[in-house]
Amino acid sequence: MTRGHTAALALVLVAGAGLVSFGSCAPDSDRRTSAVARPANVAPPPSAPNHFGIGRPASAAEVAAWDLDVNSRGVGLPAGSGTYAAGATIFAARCVACHGARGEGTGTGASAIPRLIGRDPRQGFPFGSDLKYVRTVGNYWPYATTLYDYLRRTMPLNAPGSLRANEVYSLTAFLLAENEIIPRDLVIDAHTLPRVRMPARNRFVPDNRTGGPTFR
Amino acid sequence: MRRSHCALPRRRCPRARRLRNCKSHRLTPTKVLGTPTTALGARSPFVTPARTPTGILTGTSLTPLQDLSGTITPSDLHFERHHAGVAQIDPTRYRLLIHGLADRATVFTLDDLKRFPSVTRVHFVECAGNGRAGYRAPKRELTPQLIDGMTSNSEWTGVPLATLLREIGAQSTAKWVLAEGGDASVLSRSVPMGKALNDALIAYAQNGEPLRPANGYPVRLLLPGYEGNMCIKWLRRLELIAEPNMSRDETAKYTDPLPDGTARQFSFEMDVKSTITAPTYPARIADRGWLPITGLAWSGRGRIARVDVSTDGGRTWTEAELHGPALPKAHTRFQLMWQWDGRPATLMSRAVDETGALQPTRAEFRAKRGPGTDYHYNHIRAWTVDRDGRVYFGADL
Repeated sequence: MTRGHTAALALVLVAGAGLVSFGSCAPDSDRRTSAVARPANVAPPPSAPNHFGIGRPASAAEVAAWDLDVNSRGVGLPAGSGTYAAGATIFAARCVACHGARGEGTGTGASAIPRLIGRDPRQGFPFGSDLKYVRTVGNYWPYATTLYDYLRRTMPLNAPGSLRANEVYSLTAFLLAENEIIPRDLVIDAHTLPRVRMPARNRFVPDNRTGGPTFR
Repeated sequence: MRRSHCALPRRRCPRARRLRNCKSHRLTPTKVLGTPTTALGARSPFVTPARTPTGILTGTSLTPLQDLSGTITPSDLHFERHHAGVAQIDPTRYRLLIHGLADRATVFTLDDLKRFPSVTRVHFVECAGNGRAGYRAPKRELTPQLIDGMTSNSEWTGVPLATLLREIGAQSTAKWVLAEGGDASVLSRSVPMGKALNDALIAYAQNGEPLRPANGYPVRLLLPGYEGNMCIKWLRRLELIAEPNMSRDETAKYTDPLPDGTARQFSFEMDVKSTITAPTYPARIADRGWLPITGLAWSGRGRIARVDVSTDGGRTWTEAELHGPALPKAHTRFQLMWQWDGRPATLMSRAVDETGALQPTRAEFRAKRGPGTDYHYNHIRAWTVDRDGRVYFGADL
């Protein structure tokens, strides 16, 4: 509420008029109407400007420092490259403690760490109907670029954001090759990664729930 | 341990602790002075609700729905779900960066955000996976907390995201907003521009005070009615983009595999849902006679229009009373007075929202969504009342 609103509210309350009409600067907020007329010496709430002039311009360096995301076209991928062999070494050193030696996952229930590697079943996409298949990078993830985006953000859990670009590319190459999606000799970089076609790419459909009486 | 008229063990009685020989413990409250005022209020020592922390950074801690009344969840009992622990953020160092397809990439401090006109709204936040235990691993000894404790309801105050998007000059090519957290998971989700302009909030207060750290202090995104995962906590960056980012939590997770061999993506809205909170396990109905059947109903698509309660396993239904006003995308309390005759009974609730959506039975839900579906479990919850008054979950299993 602006100072003007507060003043208007106080005036009416002092006058004992009870319910007061007070709008909000936000166009989407609830507005109340009142049967009590606004006295002539009380101004209506002002309309809000589109631009308050609050905040300061972000520098290009500030944006670059935080602009982490990589999209499915590969926009945001940095320079650098990675190989299966280097990825295998990093995986053994940084990942197996949680994800297991073969990326099979560890733990159960609340402490379960996801399985990363596996293509079963080779046919179909039965995850909605058959609980025996575990979703992995290989059989479920629709975009390879997501691996880079996610690994860079937050892996490994005990040292998030600590991997250098070449290390992230290498881990990505390792996981894609172990899932038999790319050959082991493919170098992964900003050019090759967006071109990797994931097996589950066409399985994803937009939400068709709309509310209303039909349960979907 | 010896007990007096005070139901507490003597070691937990606040008066007994202060006075030698615990004399006060045997006195009535009208004969002994009470305790002085305090800087922070505490619950009565007789009241000990608790979440369910697991000690795991990536885990959950659930709201004790069966211990609460009304609709507002006390802030310290709001459920927790973190992906890399609770971030501790110094508000003087906090910055929100908004950039991308906008005329002016801008940095806002916390004080900056508080200079904008704010709004205050009551909304639930619910994890998309809420209800998984009751569907995937049901057993009789489940409480409302263990089944549905990943929903909580608060009064939120903040700046409409639409106000900030006007402030920075969002361009018409911007169709999505990537929201990113400033915790160690740097969690990111793509939010459709329509939602961002409609009712999205950049929230800095919850139930009248600054957000709790576990709810994203100092600033979180609140998308009323959308899955909790999208309501990014410790919000540090918003990027206006032309197409969704396809981040991990909108592809590998928070998608719904269906029996037809597809997976539903961008399933943001939480379906209409209700759950009885009393009587439920582990409670026991002590005596025959009148008691309220009460619980919570909510929908990510608007207001709750009606809640029906059945005491015969869904054969017949009776409309419950709603504690008004039923606010949109908020918990709504329902109640039906019931005269228990000492015979076994099966209690159910089913909510209808203002779009006309009705909770499906467990069988209908399973037929449409399949046994492997992973989110949005909104089927009817059923409770058995045994002859001895004990109540158990899963009458419809």
